Amino acid sequence: MSAPALETRDLCKQFGALTVASNINFRLEAGARHALIGPNGAGKTTFVNMLTGALPATSGKILFGGEDISQMAQAARTKRGLGRTFQITSLFRDLPVLDNVALGIAEREGVSLKMWKPASSYKTIRDESMAHLETMGLAAEALLRVKDLPYGKQRLVEIAIALGLKPKVLLLDEPAAGVPSIESGRILDVLADLPKDIAILIIEHDMDIVFRFAQRITVLVQGAVLVEGAPEEIANDQRVRDVYLGEGGHD
Amino acid sequence: MTRTGSYSGHARIGIMEALPWIAAIAVFFLLPDYLSLGARIMIYILFTLSLDLILGYAGIITLGHSVFLGIGAYAAGILSVKLNINDPFLQLIAGSLMSAVFGLASGAVILRTKNLTLLMLTLAITAIVYEIGNKASWLTGGADGLPGVQVNPFFGRFEFDLWGRTGYIYCVIVLFVVWFVVRRLIYSPFGAMLTGIRENTPRMHALGAPVYQRLLIVYTISAGIAGIAGVLMTQVTQSVGLNVLTFEVAGDVLVMLILGGVGRIYGAFVGPVVYMIAQDLLAKQFPEYWSFGVGVLLIFVVFFARGGILGLVDKIAARGRTP
Ligand SMILES: Nc1ncnc2c1ncn2[C@@H]1O[C@H](COP(=O)(O)OP(=O)(O)O)[C@@H](O)[C@H]1O
Ligand SMILES: [Mg+2]
Repeated sequence: MSAPALETRDLCKQFGALTVASNINFRLEAGARHALIGPNGAGKTTFVNMLTGALPATSGKILFGGEDISQMAQAARTKRGLGRTFQITSLFRDLPVLDNVALGIAEREGVSLKMWKPASSYKTIRDESMAHLETMGLAAEALLRVKDLPYGKQRLVEIAIALGLKPKVLLLDEPAAGVPSIESGRILDVLADLPKDIAILIIEHDMDIVFRFAQRITVLVQGAVLVEGAPEEIANDQRVRDVYLGEGGHD
Repeated sequence: MTRTGSYSGHARIGIMEALPWIAAIAVFFLLPDYLSLGARIMIYILFTLSLDLILGYAGIITLGHSVFLGIGAYAAGILSVKLNINDPFLQLIAGSLMSAVFGLASGAVILRTKNLTLLMLTLAITAIVYEIGNKASWLTGGADGLPGVQVNPFFGRFEFDLWGRTGYIYCVIVLFVVWFVVRRLIYSPFGAMLTGIRENTPRMHALGAPVYQRLLIVYTISAGIAGIAGVLMTQVTQSVGLNVLTFEVAGDVLVMLILGGVGRIYGAFVGPVVYMIAQDLLAKQFPEYWSFGVGVLLIFVVFFARGGILGLVDKIAARGRTP
């Protein structure tokens, strides 16, 4: 049996007295389409931050393709193939859209230490950036500064950057939240077209999206896994209905 | 215009970028009485440029950049006075290397921190190095410094002359070479990456950039360039003293950069020119008002002209374009 793409063992996180993750044991299988849901403040973003190394875990282990990456720096995890998008858009707002994508590709390709030839002469990086922007329908905006784009399109830039990293595991933190339906449709189409060998974990509040996309769902409540299962099981689980689906009015 | 390595832009040298060099040549022929001031300005441009690299591009805030100027300056002085090594280029390379090594060593410690902690550490290092310069008088001459620094004629022919011609040309040429290299660096993928760190460090981590390592590299390069400025200062004045290690110098260079405009390459040219000419004209006549004037000017710049003089020029040019 092959190792899961990503796995956590008894992962815990405390912010002072507040427990945001308690003994999370989680498996993201190779090629998975997995959703992580749960009410606001459940600890979903914190979980992703621990996986990527943006936040240190208080205790527990994280395994990437069977390898323990718990102590590894964030940049090194990205290099291994762990990519993410941010719930709160995190872009280079004053730089052109194209450069936002190119900076990531340059890291992936290991050209960021080149100090002599102009960045603009690295045509392959520019072309690949452009290709990802086309995928996201952003070709016409490539030279605009990110801060001049409407919010929905900024969310598409987040995805384009993630595509540029060519990750083996992709963690999507509410990629479509607050995005107008044209752009969210685009996001879903792109996600559906991603190569099958990429394992994807998506955090999402929109249940239509979750049920359309995910083959597996984990429900997180107050930092603990409430239940995990196939979409039908989750939809019919009374506990989930009580704490999450029934409430309604989530953002 | 802010200048940044970009995968979407271009890196061609514009006509305006020839201006500093035309001015430098014009000064040589038209203002022969001002060549020693000119050489000092060139040295400060070099020093300010090295600060722009870390502050303007990588976003590292420091109040201790004088340390690197000082180490370069003392390295040249010690080589000549203590070891009788008077080859100008040997002094230049050795001083730059010494400074770069110190940049690497101190950067390895302080660049793990950021913001206020980083600022405090740069201050602390400045204070420590100053005190070492003061106390290690067997090496540095202590409070007296090292007078009588000798520099062999360039290529065995061109000696430093009374009118400062050789010194001026030498400084212009060194500055030109360093400017060319720095410009390449800023427009390269490395420069683009530094801008990324300055704009959004967490995002650069998530893109897979080992940020600390990258900052350490640029800090070392910047220290090496500041060291070159220090060597030139010693060579041109033929002496070195504790004044190069002071907080005042670290503050001056910061003021010059902010005045000219941060993160623009040419802010590092405009700032020292304006500041030092003003100093030359005003500080002697009105010494009691000079510091006061600098203070008022700084307040004006940070409140009304965040991009410095070049930022103002940009704004005016933009207004001219939109009818
Ligand atoms: N850096 C932090 N320091 C302190 N508390 C935090 C921090 N980040 C998140 N939290 C808290 O942890 C809890 C989980 O937050 P988060 O992971 O963002 O939840 P979710 O993404 O599921 O909405 C929240 O109560 C939040 O206030
Ligand atoms: Mg969240």
